[in-house]
Amino acid sequence: MLTLLFDGIAYGMLLFVLAVGLAVTLGLMNFINLAHGAFAMAGGYVTVLLMNRLGVPFLVCLPIAFFATAAVGALLERTLYRPMYAKPHLDQVLFSIGLVFMAVTTVDYVVGSMQQNIRLPGWLQGRFAIEWVGIGKYRLFIIVVCGLLTVALQWVLSRTRFGSRLRASVDDPRVAGGLGLDVNRIFLLTFAVGSGLAGLGGALGAEVLGLDPTFPLKFMIYFLIVVSVGGTTTITGPLLAALLLGIADVAGKYYVPKLGAFIVYSLMIVILMLRPQGLFARASGK
Amino acid sequence: MSRPDVAASLRADARWRPWEIALFVVLALSWFFLPGQSLLLAEIAIVALFALSLDLILGYAGIVSLGHAAFFGFGAYGAALFAKHVMPDPLIGMAFAVAISAALGAATSVLILRGTDLTRLMVTLGVASILYELANKLEDLTGGADGLQGVVMAPLLGRFEFDIAGRTAYAYALVVLVVCTLIARRIVHSPFGISLQALRDNRLRATSIGLNVPARLVAVYTIAAAIAGAAGALLAQTTGFASLDVFDFHRSAEVLLILVIGGTGYLYGGIFGAIVFKLLHDLISAWTPQYWNFWLGLFLVVLVLVGRERLIRPHTWWRRGSGGALPAAAEGPGVPR
Repeated sequence: MLTLLFDGIAYGMLLFVLAVGLAVTLGLMNFINLAHGAFAMAGGYVTVLLMNRLGVPFLVCLPIAFFATAAVGALLERTLYRPMYAKPHLDQVLFSIGLVFMAVTTVDYVVGSMQQNIRLPGWLQGRFAIEWVGIGKYRLFIIVVCGLLTVALQWVLSRTRFGSRLRASVDDPRVAGGLGLDVNRIFLLTFAVGSGLAGLGGALGAEVLGLDPTFPLKFMIYFLIVVSVGGTTTITGPLLAALLLGIADVAGKYYVPKLGAFIVYSLMIVILMLRPQGLFARASGK
Repeated sequence: MSRPDVAASLRADARWRPWEIALFVVLALSWFFLPGQSLLLAEIAIVALFALSLDLILGYAGIVSLGHAAFFGFGAYGAALFAKHVMPDPLIGMAFAVAISAALGAATSVLILRGTDLTRLMVTLGVASILYELANKLEDLTGGADGLQGVVMAPLLGRFEFDIAGRTAYAYALVVLVVCTLIARRIVHSPFGISLQALRDNRLRATSIGLNVPARLVAVYTIAAAIAGAAGALLAQTTGFASLDVFDFHRSAEVLLILVIGGTGYLYGGIFGAIVFKLLHDLISAWTPQYWNFWLGLFLVVLVLVGRERLIRPHTWWRRGSGGALPAAAEGPGVPR
C-alpha cells in the first residue's frame, strides 16, 4: 500500500518535471504545445544513445540531456515557435501535431522503432525496505532529483529577479513589455529551460515510462492533464496535479487493471467540468 | 439594414452556386467513369463525410476538437455490433449508429460548453481516449485489440450485395455523403446556422443580443456527432470490420488536417480536403510507406507557417501576406517535397 503510494509519488514527480515547461509555455504565451513530449523523447534518446553506444556514465548523461534538449528548444523557439504565438489555437494545435509526427518518424528512421533499455548503474538498482515499505532505489533517486529541481524552480521563480520578471510577463505580457522587460528574451530562456527539463525528465523516465518513438503521443495527454488540471498560474498547481495523477494512475493500474487509464481520464473530465480553469488556479481575470 | 434587406441577403447567400451543382454532378459521374477505383473512392467519401461533420462544429461553431474520432468510432462499433448481434440490414444499422452517436454527442456536449480552448481540447481528447480504453478492455463485446471480426452485412435494400470491387460500397457511401451534405447545407443556411456563425465570431455579443449560446452549441454538437457516426457506420459496414484504430488519436488529428487542407467554414472543405489528402497519401505511401507520417507532419508545419487560409486561395500565393506570413511563404504552400 505505502509502496504503491511511494511509486505514485515518484511517477508524479517525474510527470511534473516533464510537464512544467509546458505549463510555462501555456501560461506565458497562451500557446498550446502538443509537441512538448518530443523534447522529453529527445532527452531520453540522447541518454540512451550516449550510454549504450559510447558508454558515458548515467550521471553525466543527465546534464547532457538537459543542455542538449534546451539548445534544441531554444533553436526551435527562435525559428519556428515564435511566429505561432499570435495565431489561433487551431493553428498551434496543427503545427505542434505536425512537429510530433515529424519527431516520431525521424526517431523511428534514425534509431528504429524498438523499445530502448537503459542499464542503470549498480547502486541505483534493486530495492530496500523500511519497516514494510519496499522502496526502489531508482524511484527514490527520481524523487530526490525531482524534489531538488522543484525547490530550485520555486526559489528561482519567487526569489530571483528573473523569476519576478517571468511572473510579470505571465500575468500580463503587454504591460511587462511596456515596463521595459524584454518579454521575447525571457520567453526564449524559459522555453529553453522548460524543454531542457522535459529532456531531463525524459532521461530520468526512460527506465520507468519506457522509451520508444511513440513516446510523445503516448504521454501527450498526461502532460496536458497535469497542466490543465493544475492550472498555469502557479508552479504548485501543476506539482499537486502531477502527484495526484501519478498516484491515481499507479493505484488505478494496480487495483483495477481492467479499467486501465479509464480512471485518470474520467477524473480529468470531472475536474475540468467543475473547475475549467484548473484545480489549483487562482481566480484570474484572463 | 431593414428586415427585407436582411432576408434578401441571407437568401442570396443560400443560393445554389453553379460550382456546387457541378461538384455534385462530378461526384455522381465518378461512380460511372472510375469503376476500378471504387474502393479508394469509397474511402475518400467516408473521410469526406467525417470531415464535413467536423466542419459543422469547427468551421461554423468554432469549437476546436481533438477527439472527434470518438463519434466516428462509436458509430463504427455501433453499426458493426448491430449487424453482428441484431440485424444485418445496412440501412437500419446506419439509423441505429446515427442515433447512438447523436445520443453520445448530446451527452458529451455539456462538456464543451465551459472553459477555454485548452479545456475543450482536453475534454474532447479525454472522451475519445475513454472510448478507446473501453473498446480495448471490453474484449467480449468488441474483440479488444484484435478488432471486431465476422461482421456480415445483408445486401443493401435487400438487393445489392457488397461486392469485392467496392461498387456497391461506393454508391452507398456517395449517397450518404450527398444526403448529409444537403442536410448540412440546409442547416448552415438556416437562421440557426447563421446564429452559429455569430457565436463563433463573438460569443459575448451573441449572448447579449439574446442568443441562447449553450443550447445552440449542444444542438450543433449533436448534429455533428450524428454525421460523424454515419461516417463511422459507413466504414464498418463497407469493410465488415471495426478495430480500435477508429478511436485513435491519429484519426482525430487526420480529420482535422483534411478539413484544414480543404478549408473550414464552407461545407465542401471536407470533400476537397479528403480527395487531396487521400491522393497524396497514396502517392507518398507508394514511395515511402513507413515514413508517410513525416511528410504529413512537415506538411502541417509548413501549412501553418505559411498560413492555411492562403492554401485555398491560390491568387494570394505570390502576394505578401497581411502580417504573420514568413519568408517561407516564398516557397509556395501545398506541395511537401
